[in-house]
Order: sequence, then structure tokens, then C-alpha cells
Amino acid sequence: MARSIHTLAIPSSTRYLEDVRRFVVLHAQEADFPEDAVEQFKIAVDEACTNVIEHAYGGQSNHEVDIAIIIDADRFTVRIRDEGTPFDQTKYREPDLYDIASKRKKGGLGVHIIRRLMDRVEYRTRGQINEIRMTKYRNASQAKNGEDS
Amino acid sequence: MSNFSVSFSADGGIQVLSLRGELDAHTAPELEAAIQKCKDDQNFKIVINGEQLQYISSAGLGVFMADIEEVREEGGDIKIAALQPKVFNIFDLLGFPLLFNIVDTVEEAVSLFQNGES
Repeated sequence: MARSIHTLAIPSSTRYLEDVRRFVVLHAQEADFPEDAVEQFKIAVDEACTNVIEHAYGGQSNHEVDIAIIIDADRFTVRIRDEGTPFDQTKYREPDLYDIASKRKKGGLGVHIIRRLMDRVEYRTRGQINEIRMTKYRNASQAKNGEDS
Repeated sequence: MSNFSVSFSADGGIQVLSLRGELDAHTAPELEAAIQKCKDDQNFKIVINGEQLQYISSAGLGVFMADIEEVREEGGDIKIAALQPKVFNIFDLLGFPLLFNIVDTVEEAVSLFQNGES
């Protein structure tokens, strides 16, 4: 299977998250990933784009978020680029639900979801451009499905 | 246009919020406003009917997290019912069943409140 790449650019507003999810589902289904893997990609990409919009761009909608889906024979990769404030993963701590509830906070769960759902998550910054690259291997997802059933 | 809506109904002194559509960072403020309305009206016994909820991201889950302590301090609770399996998976992934009553039907959630009162 040859590599295929699909790209989508959206303005940095949460109103476009629905379009992002449709885009992810379309191409993941086309690449024949099982239904629960498609659901996992959808939410991981939503969470990553939400973080870019709300944190990297601080909720300002006049920027751009670039999304690329790269489908190889053995894996599904999503690359998301922005030119906002970089995410400092060294400051990331796995969230404690009780702590979040007691402090009446809303956030901090998105990165956790991404890490739980994808096999590899990498962040890098080159010049002005930040990139998150999330990968899920086809075999790993099939193994997971096997466990669930 | 939003692809998410909340409708209210009451079962005794219990507010049932029926969610429809997709709950993400764009639509989460609508759920926030709905729960705020319950609190403003002094209705702290809240059942979330998730039967028509197609999708939830952490922004939606965060609304429950932000409100649960306050609602419980007022003697109420947020009980979550009738989630579709793919939506329940996200709640489960984050350990929500430890913090929330998540049950199969709205009736079951309502009766938990009623039994708690007696």
C-alpha cells in the first residue's frame, strides 16, 4: 500500500472542530481501520487541535491550524502544525481526577486522552512552527481490539 | 450552527438534562450554561441522559468535573445515564466511573436519587 497524505487547514476556532473530526473519520475509514480505532483517531485529533486553538493561540481565531493525515501500510499518523506558543511537555503531569474535581478545574484531560489512545506522541518546534505528531500502528490497534472482544 | 443541544425535563425534584449531538470545546459552553441554570434554580439533583449524545471530548468531560464538587456540597449529584458504548469508553478511559454514578438508564439514575432520599 502506497503512502497517502491528506491535508486540511482550518482557522484557529473551535467551530471548525466538527470539520476536523469529519476529515479524520473519512480518511481513517477509507484506509480500512476498525471502527473503534477510527473513534480513537477522531478524539485524539480533536483534543490536539483544541489544545492548539485554546493554548498555543490563546483562543484567538485569526490563525491557522494545519492538519495532515499520513496513511502508511502499517500506521496512521496525524501531524498538526501551528505557529503559536509551544507546548512544554516537560511541565506535563498526568492528571488526577480527584484533584481536578476538588479544584473545580475544567481542563488538563486532553493530553492524557491523546497519550492513552495513540501509540506514539511527539512534539517538536522548528523556528516558529510547532508540531505534534501522533501515530497509531495498525497491528497495535488490532491487538487492542482482540483484547476488548 | 451548533450540532449540540440540551433539553430539560423534571422527574419529581430531579432535573433530567438530555444531551443530543456532539459535545466538544465549541459546544461545551452550552452544557455549562444548562448546568448553571440548574444550579441557579437550586436544582442540584441532576441526571444526564446521554442516549442521543454521539460524541464527547475532554472539554465536555471537563464541565462535569468543574461542577461535581459544588453540586455535591449542595446535597445533590450529577448522575450519568444511557451513554452509547463509544461515548462511555471515553468516560471510562479517564476513570470517570470512580467519581460518578454511570448507569444504564435514566430511570435507574432517578431511582438512585429517590432511594438516597428515603
